[in-house]
Amino acid sequence: MNGPILIVEGLVKHFPLRAGLFHKQTGEVKAVEEVSFDITADEIFGLVGESGSGKSTVGKTLLRIYKPTKGIIQFKGMDVTKLTRETLHSLRKQAQIVFQDPKSSLNPRRSIRSTLEESLIVHKIGKNGRDRQKIVADLLGMVELSPNYMYKYPSMLSGGQRQRVAIARALALKPSFIVLDEPTSALDVSVQAKVIRLLQRLQVERQMAYLFISHDLSLVRTIASRTAVMYLGRIQELAATADLFTNPLHPYTKTLISAVPVVSAEERQMKPKNQSHEGEIPSSINPPSGCAFHPRCRLAEQVCAQELPDLMEVIPGHFVRCHIAIDALSANTREIHLVDSIQQKASNKITRR
Amino acid sequence: MDQYILEIRDLHVYFRVYEGISRVLDGVSLDVREGEQVGLAGETGCGKTVTMKAVMGALKIPPAIIPKGEVILDGQNVLKMSAEQLHQLKGTKVSMIFQDPMNALNPVFTVGTQLFDVIRFSNRHNSNQGKLSKKELLNRAITVLDEVRLPDPKRILTSYSLELSGGMRQRVLIAMALVNGPRFLIADEPQTALDVTIGAQILDLLSGLVKTMGISVLLITHNLGVIRETTERVNIMYAGQMVEAASTALLFENPKHPYSQGLLASVPRLTGGDIAEGIRGTVPDYTRAPSGCRFHPRCDHAMPICSQKKPPLTMLKPGHYVRCWLYAKEGEVE
Amino acid sequence: MRSDSLVSSSGAAETVAKWAALKDTFGRNWYRFRRNPISLIGGSMVLLVIIVAILAPYVTPYPEHAGAFTDFSIAFQPPSQLHWFGTDEVGRDVFTRVIFGYRVSLMMAAVVLGISVPFGIFLGLVAGYFSGWIETIIMRITDVFLSLPALIMALAICAAFSPTIEHAMLAVASIWWTWHCRLVHGLTRSIKTEEFVQASQVIGSSHFRILFKDILPNCASAIIVKITLDAGFVILVGASLSFLGLGVQPPKPGLGTMISYGAQHLPMQWWLTVFPSFAIFFLILGFNLLGDGLRDMLDVEAEGI
Repeated sequence: MNGPILIVEGLVKHFPLRAGLFHKQTGEVKAVEEVSFDITADEIFGLVGESGSGKSTVGKTLLRIYKPTKGIIQFKGMDVTKLTRETLHSLRKQAQIVFQDPKSSLNPRRSIRSTLEESLIVHKIGKNGRDRQKIVADLLGMVELSPNYMYKYPSMLSGGQRQRVAIARALALKPSFIVLDEPTSALDVSVQAKVIRLLQRLQVERQMAYLFISHDLSLVRTIASRTAVMYLGRIQELAATADLFTNPLHPYTKTLISAVPVVSAEERQMKPKNQSHEGEIPSSINPPSGCAFHPRCRLAEQVCAQELPDLMEVIPGHFVRCHIAIDALSANTREIHLVDSIQQKASNKITRR
Repeated sequence: MDQYILEIRDLHVYFRVYEGISRVLDGVSLDVREGEQVGLAGETGCGKTVTMKAVMGALKIPPAIIPKGEVILDGQNVLKMSAEQLHQLKGTKVSMIFQDPMNALNPVFTVGTQLFDVIRFSNRHNSNQGKLSKKELLNRAITVLDEVRLPDPKRILTSYSLELSGGMRQRVLIAMALVNGPRFLIADEPQTALDVTIGAQILDLLSGLVKTMGISVLLITHNLGVIRETTERVNIMYAGQMVEAASTALLFENPKHPYSQGLLASVPRLTGGDIAEGIRGTVPDYTRAPSGCRFHPRCDHAMPICSQKKPPLTMLKPGHYVRCWLYAKEGEVE
Repeated sequence: MRSDSLVSSSGAAETVAKWAALKDTFGRNWYRFRRNPISLIGGSMVLLVIIVAILAPYVTPYPEHAGAFTDFSIAFQPPSQLHWFGTDEVGRDVFTRVIFGYRVSLMMAAVVLGISVPFGIFLGLVAGYFSGWIETIIMRITDVFLSLPALIMALAICAAFSPTIEHAMLAVASIWWTWHCRLVHGLTRSIKTEEFVQASQVIGSSHFRILFKDILPNCASAIIVKITLDAGFVILVGASLSFLGLGVQPPKPGLGTMISYGAQHLPMQWWLTVFPSFAIFFLILGFNLLGDGLRDMLDVEAEGI
């Protein structure tokens, strides 16, 4: 097992809300609040959540599309939050992104070749036009598209083909880490299957790590080795994917899994029963006190509204942020490992994994 | 209960485009009985939107051409109706809700204004009613908002759409669709743009309305899980042809058409495991559609006859129909 | 044209693919353009004028009349077989002078737009992309310039220096950039939030690469429509200036100047004003129709038909 390629600690991202003539700040969208996790160099890490969970923001902040408000992002030992323009430039070669909407992630006015060449030109790969053209042809081949596609424009391609181009663009710089932000959500199920298989194959062949962001739980179940569930900017549960789905501990995770429409009897069997789907997702500007899920939670008690629970490892490798779940299990565990506490870091007991 | 509220028979729809004639629908047949929730499953480009537009009388002719087929809504052929007659049926006989609730409401008017507009519009032909009083409008509005389980209807009426969440907006749209008492609702991907938990609420609501109000729902989606959990019967559509139709439980347990099989195999499972390779090839170009069975270029079981003649609709058992040469036999049903 | 087949990239197959894609793009655009009668009509009108103006010395019956030529024996002749548009007060063929006058008008449009448009686009891109104080400064300066009326400015500059056509063009150009700056600024602000721009940022493209390769091409259709409509306006302003005595000086042929001189001889020698006026009208109408047609066509394209 390789070591972690990415370590995120206490990541916070707030977006200011401005109003009035002088653009005064009137509030904040607390998109991401104290998120910590790590990803090893050859794993697919799943990040699931609904709107307002902050999962997309996490992905984009990792790549410095947004500047983090607080927190540390360590990529291969480098602190990404403190990078200058020069060092940021070299990060670009190692970490890339594939966006959700193939319609808007490719410039409609640029040929496929121009889009794919961009990375090569910016990082001075390839000696001349001919050279770059060959590399572009190879990239298209990697995503199972004929080289002739390079002369086409995005409007001539189907959604699945456009996503393949977006993947080829991400691969151009030979990154070791790719953020995939809902890469197949806009695609039909049969096209999605092909694109997912392609992504899996590439991940193994090129030994990359993926952060796979999605709201489709069945999909994440199939490809991610570990998964984190986010709600209103915080990780609520994190575990090996199989454990998360067969033994969900957080009430939100259970609600989420039970809401997924499934096609087979086996899946219906394994879904948690008696879950209510009532309630709305609260606003990230004015989040509820204590545990963000408490207004919708059937098991909520007084402490849930008063105190924000910590993310705790209650079973080895399985973390949950919930007073009820933690209390239920603490009787059975000997040591409780705190994840995002400063004391823990100071005493050097890194107990993730 | 055996009355048909919608019967589409052998519908053909073509379009005139830059490249020639795009033969999108090539003989689509489908029916919905009273009080039923039926699914129409198909991927992008299969022609489900065109089919629905035909049912609602919303196809622009030209560039559309309808050379053959009938769409019988509650006994009347929609394709032969005048514009005025079509206007009358929208909202009162059949209503539609769409995929994206975020953009379907006008942001500069209150929800109440828009809801009242809908009520008034459909009632303008009722001469015996005269103009509806404010009280009457308010009553009807509150009743319907209640039916879609929106708390505090009075507040909703005075709100603007931007103040409402996606789930609430979708409920408002459903209310607007139902307020004039149609017995048939077409729901085009009602949950796709919503979060999983909210989408589940909306689907529950629709199923509830079918039970309590006895309306029929035609649910169009490419999400097979949704079809499985909410519909009684399902029609699978591919490239303008209906390839398989059966009761939902039957079809999902034992899909017969190679496309249905490929589709189901591609769905990722909550229980994990690899997903299949998908279906090779892509959706055809309708200006040069494959001859015979339109699926044959992508089918692993294709035989010579598949490219020569369009397969007839075969009944495998009562209620289970397949359009495929693998199963065609004597005594075809078309 | 969507196939998944893997064609090997040999030289010939490659060229075929390249041409096929280009032909498809052009074919589609031509089909849309062709379907819209307005753009066809406007385009033909403009094209006709341009061709005739370029070939002026070869298509006009009396090219020498475009300069200093006098023959009082044929002065003030009404339109006839010999002189389609009649002759003016010193015997010059009006038809010839109108065609040469077109040259001046078109040149003025080309020079004014050629200077002001790139300048305006550049400032608009910078203001829209970088925002913050750069945006504020640029847009406030734009606001100031926008409040200055073009004609008055031109008069002022021509009066301050000398009333030559060069000064007139400079004056108009010094105001004209603001419209394009505004247009591009607004477009840039919305385009920069698109994911393909974020993708280029994640790749590490420099700001200027993003501006010129990602954002500007997406503004292109709006800019083209605006330039086409602008051409008509600029020509009108130029003709107005010449009419007022600034701009084209005699004996050079200028449509505005011709109208100005001819106005003194109305209504007897009507052909001296009517034909140059009609010529201006024809050209401006052509540009307007072309611009409208292009805008309709490009709107439709945006809807993906």
